[in-house]
Amino acid sequence: MLDGTTVKGMRFLHLKEAGNPVELARIYSDAGADELVFLDINASHERRKTFVDVVRRVAENISIPFTVGGGIGSVEDVGMLLNAGADKVSINSSAIRRPELITEIAKAFGSQVCVVAIDASCRDGEWRCYLNGGRVPTAKKLYSWAKEAEDRGAGEILFTSMDHDGVKEGFALDALKKLQTFVSIPVIASGGCGTMQHFVDAFRYADAALAASVFHFGEIQIPQLKKFLKENNINVR
Amino acid sequence: MIAVIKYNAGNVFSVLCALRRVGAECVLTDDRDTILTADKVIFPGVGEASTAMSYLREKGLDEVIKSVKSPLLGICIGLQVMCRHSEEGNVDGIGIFDTVVRRFDNSACREMKIPHMGWNTIQRLGDCWLSESFEDAYVYYVHSYYAELCSHTVATTDYITKFSASLQRDNFYATQFHPEKSGSVGEAVLKQFLAL
Repeated sequence: MLDGTTVKGMRFLHLKEAGNPVELARIYSDAGADELVFLDINASHERRKTFVDVVRRVAENISIPFTVGGGIGSVEDVGMLLNAGADKVSINSSAIRRPELITEIAKAFGSQVCVVAIDASCRDGEWRCYLNGGRVPTAKKLYSWAKEAEDRGAGEILFTSMDHDGVKEGFALDALKKLQTFVSIPVIASGGCGTMQHFVDAFRYADAALAASVFHFGEIQIPQLKKFLKENNINVR
Repeated sequence: MIAVIKYNAGNVFSVLCALRRVGAECVLTDDRDTILTADKVIFPGVGEASTAMSYLREKGLDEVIKSVKSPLLGICIGLQVMCRHSEEGNVDGIGIFDTVVRRFDNSACREMKIPHMGWNTIQRLGDCWLSESFEDAYVYYVHSYYAELCSHTVATTDYITKFSASLQRDNFYATQFHPEKSGSVGEAVLKQFLAL
């Protein structure tokens, strides 16, 4: 989300508008989505109030779990979002800058609340983590950082491959496969989904799969997707 | 009027929203008289059992809950503190359900992750307050501790072990899953409770 509107880009750039988040949330919830994730991609202090209002309106309108992220830097920020009706929070840059935040959130609200989102890109065979919506590279490596996040109390890892984001050629399967050997908390695959088969592929190595474009722009309908997954012997609600 | 018990157990906003969506008038309260005169009582909870329990004791809410005569529905931590004992913080509960709450043990199956988080199905037992339409229905779970099966168990879910998905004794009902987060099935569960 950007300034209260749903947007979606490609490789974290070229943002397109995708509509009102509260309406979209209700549509997805009614269509059978199992969980929603809202990321405020341009979070700042002044805009925080708008975001909390959106979270509250989403909570009033849907009956499935949802995660919110963007600009969360303290236990107080988390408390505010949970009180507005969020079930989990996703932290990214702030966790890389100050990894203790993961433990603080887990202690205050339980590990299940704390999703650590990792944006990573592969250069010369090495997956490196990025800050600030993919704008700033860091020295952190995907696998070791994911493991550290788990050890510090994260409840889930939301791994987005920046290289695959919005490209629609499938999830980063090799990285997902390897990630499974490093962490024992659920991993949500994100970035790259273009077809229903991509979801089937992702579930070989991930506990959940996240997609945005294909839903926002109507390319995949959730009921059809669930039918397709069932036909492929994937156990879905 | 539905009383939703107010205490230090995380976010209850979702429960209030879900009740309003199914058309119930509800009030968030820790007032003894309001709770005891309500048509239905909801005892929600997200959080940690021993912290929740010590707060309830301090406010005398444990005794209030025991005295409720209308149908009362405990959710998640609500269910757990209604049991005899919880391993979480090694604390005695209110003792309505004759069972203990244990931590999931995945030492024999590392791939079964803890917390048990996500959608899973329920299987009804015998004379269950949940109607037949809920057999094998998907509901949403987030928990690391579970209530062992006992004579008050009326529905089970299988995750690492079979645990109590729902318990019932007299006017006391409880679900380990979150009806307020379980989509249309969850709303139907709430409606069924409100129609008791």
